Order: sequence, then structure tokens, then C-alpha cells
Amino acid sequence: MTNTYNDKVVAQFTVMTVVWGIVGMAVGVLIAAQLLWPALNFDIPWLSYGRLRPLHTNAVIFAFGGSALFATSYWCVQRTCQVPLFAPKLAAFTFWGWMAVIVAAAITLPLGITQGKEYAELEWPIAILIALVWVSYAIVFFGTIVKRKTPHIYVANWFFGAFILTVAVLHIVNNLAMPVSLWHSYPIYSGTVDAMVQWWYGHNAVGFFLTAGFLGIMYYFVPKQAERPIYSYRLSIVHFWALIALYMWAGPHHLHYTALPDWAQSLGMVFSLLLLAPSWGGMINGIMTLSGAWHKLRTDPILKFMIVSLSFYGMATFEGPMMGIKTVNALSHYTDWTVGHVHAGALGWVAFITIGAVYALIPKLFGRERMYSVKAIDLHFWIATIGVVLYISAMWIAGVMQGLMWRAVNDDGTLTYTFVEALNATYPYYAVRLLGGLLFLSGMLLMLWNMLKTIYSEKPHEA
Amino acid sequence: MDINLFRGLMTALLLVIFIGIVIWAWMPARKKRFDEAARLPLDDEKEDDK
Repeated sequence: MTNTYNDKVVAQFTVMTVVWGIVGMAVGVLIAAQLLWPALNFDIPWLSYGRLRPLHTNAVIFAFGGSALFATSYWCVQRTCQVPLFAPKLAAFTFWGWMAVIVAAAITLPLGITQGKEYAELEWPIAILIALVWVSYAIVFFGTIVKRKTPHIYVANWFFGAFILTVAVLHIVNNLAMPVSLWHSYPIYSGTVDAMVQWWYGHNAVGFFLTAGFLGIMYYFVPKQAERPIYSYRLSIVHFWALIALYMWAGPHHLHYTALPDWAQSLGMVFSLLLLAPSWGGMINGIMTLSGAWHKLRTDPILKFMIVSLSFYGMATFEGPMMGIKTVNALSHYTDWTVGHVHAGALGWVAFITIGAVYALIPKLFGRERMYSVKAIDLHFWIATIGVVLYISAMWIAGVMQGLMWRAVNDDGTLTYTFVEALNATYPYYAVRLLGGLLFLSGMLLMLWNMLKTIYSEKPHEA
Repeated sequence: MDINLFRGLMTALLLVIFIGIVIWAWMPARKKRFDEAARLPLDDEKEDDK
């Protein structure tokens, strides 16, 4: 074969996906424990909840999710275009640059250096490095598509491409700031406009980073693992255009009942509701790919991860539009229901499809027939599933309870409960959530063991 | 032009574009092309074995 693919960078990102997943989720478990036992911050500022929480979100979204997206998009674009990566040195820069961003985040966030914008906390020198890495990523990805040998651009590449382009625009616009020192800056926007730019960014980080990118993974790895073409390629085209057209306008649902003008809130609500249609179109397209081959779910735990991820995607994208309705949001906003919703998406959908794709990739990247232990993948699947279910059901109950307690009023108009009473009632659910998170983290540790065994053992374990 | 007329026309235009995309995707003339594209992830098997 003259056509040698550049798989080194894919292997690097794949291994780091597992490593950063464990780091990010371990921080998540620690802060979940802090909510139950506040003394676990040991009175050290670096370990305080307010500083570690953004470290957790950045680590799981950008370090774990980001590494997975780099790995899978580089793998997919080479194979579906049948050419090696364009600009291999630039591709290597995206790996080392991205790792530098993550390390810089892990140092600055515990020190309390932050822009204070959710999912865009990193200060301007790091934000500039992110922009450089991202532009390089775009050059490598689109350069590879330009020199492709196939007549078509496969649908997964459309999703990866939309994710790369949109995240570049979102990141640059939301990070426009005036530096006043090396580690401090002020955004160029102020007041309500700043809030709207932030949540235009924030919701599209969900829509394009955590959805379009991972749908790219779904459109390549589900057909590959099921050994059947996607259920409907035509539906995938409508899915793509409808999803990217609608997501862009849903951000205002993060600002219901705020100073944002009413019309903008209503617009955000309507677009959030409409999003149900393309989201479910994509979910059905993925799940139905298995139609006629459902028996494969019995023997292939990797496929189980992928199909269950699509089920969680369907659940989260039903819940999301409901929570976007203003009157429902009046109950759910600021409660742990939101946290439950995010984790249904982030653990159930994003992490599950990532785990499935990584298990599919590792043996191929390291020249092995399959993972060292297929039984361990199955065990990981069950531990992780129980973990997610415990986590999200605890947060649903806690969230609805908090919302109801906060809004309860006596006949004379005074509040029925003090805030601390609602907090006290939440404790048992925080314990269940911690257990769910611990289970999910244990699954990742099992995955690390399985990955290392696959890389360093010549022969797979006989099941 | 009245702003509400403009808003109505925009909504209608977007609906037409959406229906246009659906018709474009389901035209029988494009079936072969899309069937080929759908096979792309499966046809790279030989490349993997090298």
C-alpha cells in the first residue's frame, strides 16, 4: 500500500482520551463528595469547589471529549477520503498544542485565574493558544477533504466539519476581551449583551462541540461496528442541515426570566422545542442502522455502548426542549435537575459513544485483533450504565424537589421553606449521585487497564 | 415594508428551503450516489488490514 495513513496522532489522542477522562471524572467525584462533606476542600483555596468545578467541566468537555473528537475525526476523515492527513506536522502541533492548553487549564483554574464565563473560563493567553490549535485543526481537516480520492464527502465529515468551523467562530467571538495584565482581562461586551454572547457560545458549545462532533463519531463508528451502512443516508442529510440551522438560535433558553428581552427568550424557547425533530431524526437513524442485525447487541459490548448512547441522546434531547419551555424552566432552572440533564447528555450520550469508539479504535491502532478482554468491556458497560442511571435519577428527584420547595409559599405570602431546608433535603440525593459518579469512574479505570493490556500484551485474553 | 410582513416572509422562505432540501435528498436520481456514499465507512476495510 502506498497510501499510509497518519495514525500516530490518532493513537496519541486516543490514549489521552482515556487518561483525561479519568482525570476529569475523578475531579467530578471529588467535588460531588465536597457537596456532601464540605470539609473535603481541606481549607486549601486550590481545592475549593468554585475553582475545581470549572476544572472538572473543562477536563471532561475539552480534554476528554476534545481528545476523542480529534482522534475520531482524524481517523474517519483519512479513511472516508482514502488519503493520509494533510499537513502531518500541523496535525502533530494540534496534539501537543491541545495538551499544552489542558495543562495550562489544570494549573490556572485551581489558582483562581478565570474569565468567569462558563465553559470559557480560560484567560486570554490560553484562549489565543486554543484559537491557534483550532485553526490548525481546521487546516488539517479541510485540507484532507480537499485532497480526497473519493467523489463524496461522507456525512460524518459534514458533522465534524460543522463542529470545527462553528467552534472556531464561537470561541473567537466569545473570547474577545481587553487584557489588563498577563492573567486578567475584561470582555468587550457588557451587561445583557455579554450574557447573550456567553450563552450563544455556551449552548452552541453543547450543540456543536458535544453534539455535532459526536454525531460525526456516530455516523462513522455505528455503521462500521454494525457492519451495515447507515439506515438512511437521505435522512442524515436532512438531519445535518436541520440540526445546524436550529441549534444556533437556542441559546436564550439559558436566560429565561432575566433582563434579556422577552422576544429573544421566546425565540430561544421556540428553537429549543423545534430541535426535538432533527435530534430524534438522528437518533432514529443511528438506532435503525441495526435493524435486521439486533442479535449483534447480544455479543458485541462495543455496539451496546453505542446503541445505549443513542438512547440517552434521545432522552436528553427530549428533556432539553421540555426544559427550554419558559414555565418548565421556571421550576427547573438553578436546581440540580439541570445538572442531571447535562449528565444524561454528557455521560449517557457523549461518554458512551466515545467509549464505544475508543474500544473500536485501540485494537486497530496498536495492531491487535481485538481488545485484551471483551468481558471487561461488557463489565464496563454495566458499571457505567448503572452509574449514569443512579446519577441522573438522583438529580431529577433532587432538582424537582428543590424547585418545588423554593417556590412554595404560605397563605400570607411568605416562603414555606428556607434555602437551607431545601439543601438539607438534598443530602441523600448527593450521596446517590456520588455513588453513580464513583461507578462511572471505576468503569473508566477498568478501561485504562484493558487499554494497557491490549497495547502491551501480544495476545488477547481468551474469554 | 412592515416588520411583521418581513418576519412572515422569512418564516415562509425558511419553510420552502427546508422542503427543498427534503425533496432534493429524496429525488430518485440521487439514490445511487447516496448509496455509494453510505458505503464509504465499510469500503475502507482493505486499507485497515495493510
